[in-house]
Amino acid sequence: MQVVQQIFENGSFMTNSVITAAAEKTPPSVARKVRGLSDRAIAWIFVAPTIFLLLAINIFPLIWTVRLSFTDYRANRLNREVEWVGLRNYERILTDDGIWMNMQATAHFLVWTIVFQVLIGFALAYLINKKFKGSALWTTIIVLPMMLSPAVVGNFWTFLYQPQIGLINYMVEFFTGIPASSFSMLGSVELAPWAIVIVDTWMWTPFVMLICLAGLRSIPDYIYEAAEIDRASKWRQFWTITIPMVLPFLMLAVLFRGIENFKMFDLVVQLTGGGPGSITELASINLKREAFEKWRTGYSSAYAVILFVTIFGLASIYVKALNKVKAR
Amino acid sequence: MRNAFWLAAGVAALALTTGTSSAKSEELTLCWAAWDPANALVELSKEFEEQSGHTMRFEFVPWPNFADRMLNELNSGGQLCDLLIGDSQWIGGGAENGHYVKLNDFFEAEGISMDDFAPATVYAYSTWPKGEPNYYALPAMGDANGWFYRKDWFERPELQEAFQAEYGRPLAEPTTQRELMEVAKFFQGREIDGQTVYGVSIFTERGSEGITMGATGALYAWGFKYENEPGSYDMEGAVNSPEAIEALEFYKELYECCTPPGYTNAYMEQSLDAFKSGQVAMAMNWFAFFPGLYADPNTGGDKIDFFVNPPQNVPASTLGGQGISVVSYSDKQDAALEYIKWFAQPDVQAKWWALGGYSAHNSVLNDPGFVESQPFAGDFLEAMANVQDFWQEPTYAELLLAMQERLHNYIVADQGTAEEALNGLIEDWTEVFEDDGKL
Repeated sequence: MQVVQQIFENGSFMTNSVITAAAEKTPPSVARKVRGLSDRAIAWIFVAPTIFLLLAINIFPLIWTVRLSFTDYRANRLNREVEWVGLRNYERILTDDGIWMNMQATAHFLVWTIVFQVLIGFALAYLINKKFKGSALWTTIIVLPMMLSPAVVGNFWTFLYQPQIGLINYMVEFFTGIPASSFSMLGSVELAPWAIVIVDTWMWTPFVMLICLAGLRSIPDYIYEAAEIDRASKWRQFWTITIPMVLPFLMLAVLFRGIENFKMFDLVVQLTGGGPGSITELASINLKREAFEKWRTGYSSAYAVILFVTIFGLASIYVKALNKVKAR
Repeated sequence: MRNAFWLAAGVAALALTTGTSSAKSEELTLCWAAWDPANALVELSKEFEEQSGHTMRFEFVPWPNFADRMLNELNSGGQLCDLLIGDSQWIGGGAENGHYVKLNDFFEAEGISMDDFAPATVYAYSTWPKGEPNYYALPAMGDANGWFYRKDWFERPELQEAFQAEYGRPLAEPTTQRELMEVAKFFQGREIDGQTVYGVSIFTERGSEGITMGATGALYAWGFKYENEPGSYDMEGAVNSPEAIEALEFYKELYECCTPPGYTNAYMEQSLDAFKSGQVAMAMNWFAFFPGLYADPNTGGDKIDFFVNPPQNVPASTLGGQGISVVSYSDKQDAALEYIKWFAQPDVQAKWWALGGYSAHNSVLNDPGFVESQPFAGDFLEAMANVQDFWQEPTYAELLLAMQERLHNYIVADQGTAEEALNGLIEDWTEVFEDDGKL
């Protein structure tokens, strides 16, 4: 211990001597300046690179997108003169029936995936929370789908939905007697919107389950014990203890899934490519086509701004509601 | 004396070597779609590597992503490709946006004449504005949409008899679009060798260009025109003519009556799979795939035969194929031009055809033995004589995506009528041309 102390002291001595030497060689004016930096200034120096990066890769493109949204700019026609078109892009988007169809398709996808994922995810979490024999193994098995790549999931569900060789169609035939090759989940106008909801639910219900499970496990046992003493029924315990205490977690899961599914692209492109026709063409798929296939950069910038404002606005309202629930 | 001899020999050898190879060996990257002819080109290009000293790299992208990937590359001024075998419809954008090097001076200096190539291919793959003698590509791969069928099924006596009884004519290659549908209906759901088979596999793909390339096969055969007068952008009455409406209704009926179940998003690959797996009696696809189909051990050889897209009102086929261009962003343009000079030679073009590529050179096409050289060669010549292409405007991608959406909505999603689809298409295209300052 003494040796260590000695080394430390020696080290400290040596360090101090180096600093002293450096300080002596530093011109008084510079030394004064460095010494004169406030904590706030030092903090700014440390934070500045991050802020610069944030401005460069997030804020600047956002501002630039807003600017482009008022022009007829096309990124594939660099020689073309760019014209200021005012609100024409916004007017076109908001009066375009096709865009509203895409919005409806997005809303259908968003609402039903969230409904199913919350219901099934909560039910699974409730079961897993009972800690039966093998519950850890089942938890691992259940969360497997969310670990897969959306491209992989899209591909193998395309096979599962295949009318001639797909397992889903054969299961339907087995249980209902409807011939397997008489319907196509991904090719039918009526079934395709539900087919993509089923796949997303299969993939992302485990995520909701995990969040709900965290919520369920955060409820202290003594609350249930007190309720037992008060002779509260299991049903009443569920509605007055479990649900209110898990609700903030559930709302958080809904927020995450809502934002993710509003932007949904890869899985649906892999499954249907937006078809049949434009029945499953979600807003993000349409936006990609406008921006990078048709190269209507100004128009698609306006489209992106509208989607951004929509997501941001809805998420802000939702977060306020979430905070209110948490504060209760 | 002996040393002096070896020194002289060494100098002579060095002089010869430097004389036959170019000043600087480059690594050239050629970009194209990933399909059978691309493999043939890799084989063919080995000769160029030996002769020139340059090395060739190939960037082949699967068809569904080819346009997306390559147009993004061009639009961003990327230097990935020195040579690009781009789709015929890209020529307008390639020329107007400065992506492709104009080749007129080079052709003149090297004595390459466009008269040596089939006129339809020069018009479609090389010129911009259309038909003007401004060349941005050398015709590299002639192609059109054609048909193939199970010859062995067609020849079965019991099927011949059943068809004769039902339609009052022999079961044979269809000579009109209506006959094609009759044959397709005849096979649909029929049991052959204990397996249920279907009539046709046609293009219905939504994402890239599939359904447009398929449906235009019917539209052109009915006499569809994009404009009342070429270059006028006057589409009312042409695009939505009664013939066009009838053709579109026909294609929808063909899709509904006679394709395998779940055939809602099918293009080249799905068409090949359906045929090779013995599911369908007839299929449409590009001539480029025909050598591979003929060589297939299960469904090729004696079991397959080919026919040109049947006419209805007029003989017509949908144009495929590509020209080879030098990318203007490449810093190896001299070496790239060397490749084009080499590729344009008649003997190289003959090897190209022999390896499975579709030469557009007159010396190959007019060779007396050409028609007999492959079972589909005659059909290819017939098809190329009547090809029609989609718009080749710089805004072609917008025009194509609008047609994809309108056609898929009508044919596959069963939304609205053929007339509404075509009227909607005129609206979409008008908007595109207005935005582009053409209207």
